[in-house]
Amino acid sequence: MAEDVVIRVEGLKTQFGRQVVHEGLDLEVERGEVIGVVGGSGTGKSVLLRTIIGLNRPAAGHIDVLGVDPHSGDPAAERAFKVRCGVLFQGGALFSSLTVTENIQVPMREHLDLPQELMDELAALKIAIVGLPPDAGPKYPAQLSGGMKKRAGLARALSVDPEILFLDEPTAGLDPIGAAAFDDLIRGLQQSLSLTVFMVTHDLDSLAAICDRIAVLVEKKVRVGTMADHMRDSHPWIREYFHGPRARAAIDKDTHSAMV
Amino acid sequence: MASDTGWLRTSAEGDALTLQAGGSWTVECAAALDALVSGLRADGARRARFELSEVTALDSAGAWVLRRTAKSFEAEGLAIEFAGVAPPFEPLLRIVEEADRQPHEPLRVRFNPFFRLCDRVGYVLIDMVQETRLLVGFFGVTVVSLGAVLIRPRRLRFVSLVNQIEQTGLNAVPIVFLLNFLIGMVMAYLGVFQLRKFGAEIFTIDGLAFGIPREMAVLLTAIIVAGRSGSAFTAQIGTMQVNEEVDAIRTSGLDPVEVLVLPRINALLITLPMLTFLADVAGILGGALMTMGSLDLTFGQFMRRFEDVMTLSNFIVGMVKAPVFAYIIAIVGCFEGLRVSGSAESVGRMTTRSVVESITLVILAEAMFAIVFTVLGI
Repeated sequence: MAEDVVIRVEGLKTQFGRQVVHEGLDLEVERGEVIGVVGGSGTGKSVLLRTIIGLNRPAAGHIDVLGVDPHSGDPAAERAFKVRCGVLFQGGALFSSLTVTENIQVPMREHLDLPQELMDELAALKIAIVGLPPDAGPKYPAQLSGGMKKRAGLARALSVDPEILFLDEPTAGLDPIGAAAFDDLIRGLQQSLSLTVFMVTHDLDSLAAICDRIAVLVEKKVRVGTMADHMRDSHPWIREYFHGPRARAAIDKDTHSAMV
Repeated sequence: MASDTGWLRTSAEGDALTLQAGGSWTVECAAALDALVSGLRADGARRARFELSEVTALDSAGAWVLRRTAKSFEAEGLAIEFAGVAPPFEPLLRIVEEADRQPHEPLRVRFNPFFRLCDRVGYVLIDMVQETRLLVGFFGVTVVSLGAVLIRPRRLRFVSLVNQIEQTGLNAVPIVFLLNFLIGMVMAYLGVFQLRKFGAEIFTIDGLAFGIPREMAVLLTAIIVAGRSGSAFTAQIGTMQVNEEVDAIRTSGLDPVEVLVLPRINALLITLPMLTFLADVAGILGGALMTMGSLDLTFGQFMRRFEDVMTLSNFIVGMVKAPVFAYIIAIVGCFEGLRVSGSAESVGRMTTRSVVESITLVILAEAMFAIVFTVLGI
């Protein structure tokens, strides 16, 4: 299983104008793991995610997701690739003119040919799986709270059972209880649906609670390792990040809950 | 991996029904699987056994189809048993079962179309009344605020005012000139070709001298400004509202009406009359060129006739309307901007609304002016 790499990034370089965001960045993500991406503001965490899913064209380097290059320009391959990846954007990015149910059905309608009744049942199932109340289905995104929007966005991302789930700051803007519940949800779904999760986050609690490995963006590259590896890293930013009071609290909480 | 489509074999032994499933039970072939299970009947069986040992891939759609089939058998009184579930699929089946056990509600709410129509008409009416009330209230607020600034002119935000004058006035010069020039030409063209039937082409100039300064120029300019600047006011203030900048202004002890609304009102009060004057000139120029061309007149001949029929009151009637229209456009634009709440989507909605509303109100005011001036005999 260790050889089963689902995301492979080699020598990635991204730049906007003259500003180089990543240079010579290598990253491998294995099937079934939860990887968290952290880094200071402006180090290009979201840019990395957007580049991997094909929204942002790299200046150099090679990306391979599930055996497909998202920038290959082959429409059939890109289409097949998009069915196998689910993305949750920061604010949920629900289509505001559609109800939650219709939002969840968009990928099904686009990529598959399913009878309406089955799509309705599957949408109801996804709504229940992500922990939304059953009456959320006919609601419009404007009628939902921030946390519910994220759950609805997650339901849409899971709509056609992707193999990889990309999450951009899934817990940002949620209260600590909501964030912890969201972490549990993602961990639970990851295990039961055997997903690979690629998560950009700032939330130390989520890092400690659900990530198998952590990729830290420093000096235009990533350093990948477990929490314990990063604790030993001597890079000043990484030291400060993982030894700050917030990190301590998050790690203590996690080890404590693991012991209980 | 998922190339082998899912299949299902059923066999009955006494009162036991065995459903042997295999292949990939995933969302790609969910339509086929759905058709596969829809034909299943219990046929008097008492027990149903789902044999899943040959399933190679399973996702939530496949799990749901299995679960739903099991549920319908259960409803018919059969005992259900799942066998041969591969360990990786166990949590998935569990999560689908748990999700299904939660109460379900209809995913779509349908209304009787007639009630829906009544509901909408009522909603729009109530909304209109409330909107009018609030707008009148806002008009009062701006007048009071304007009065306060007039008493203490130091609170007039000069930099902001000049900036708004540039945006709403100077930058609008080309488009106002061009459109009025073209409309002047069109009016002259229509006049010449209709009046020629009576041999009265020369009265085209009367039409221009009467119509452009009195009605056309000011109305057209007001509509352009409503589309250009009224919408910009709503979008600017609305975006600030979304970013909570307006709240920040409030908590800094400033008055948003004084800071955001007054400079915009004052700017339009200054620029719209100036643009109207420019529009007068442009419209008459366009009309003059067209008449001179089609009637073979020199500019001198045109001007002689024009001077005979043009009166000062005509010009003043047009100019008097400009500040009124300016006030309408500015307060509607700012009012809708301040009513933006929450999302970026509402900025777009309110901007559309502001343009429609300000153009409607400008034309209403234009009609009122026409009535008043007719009664007064000006």
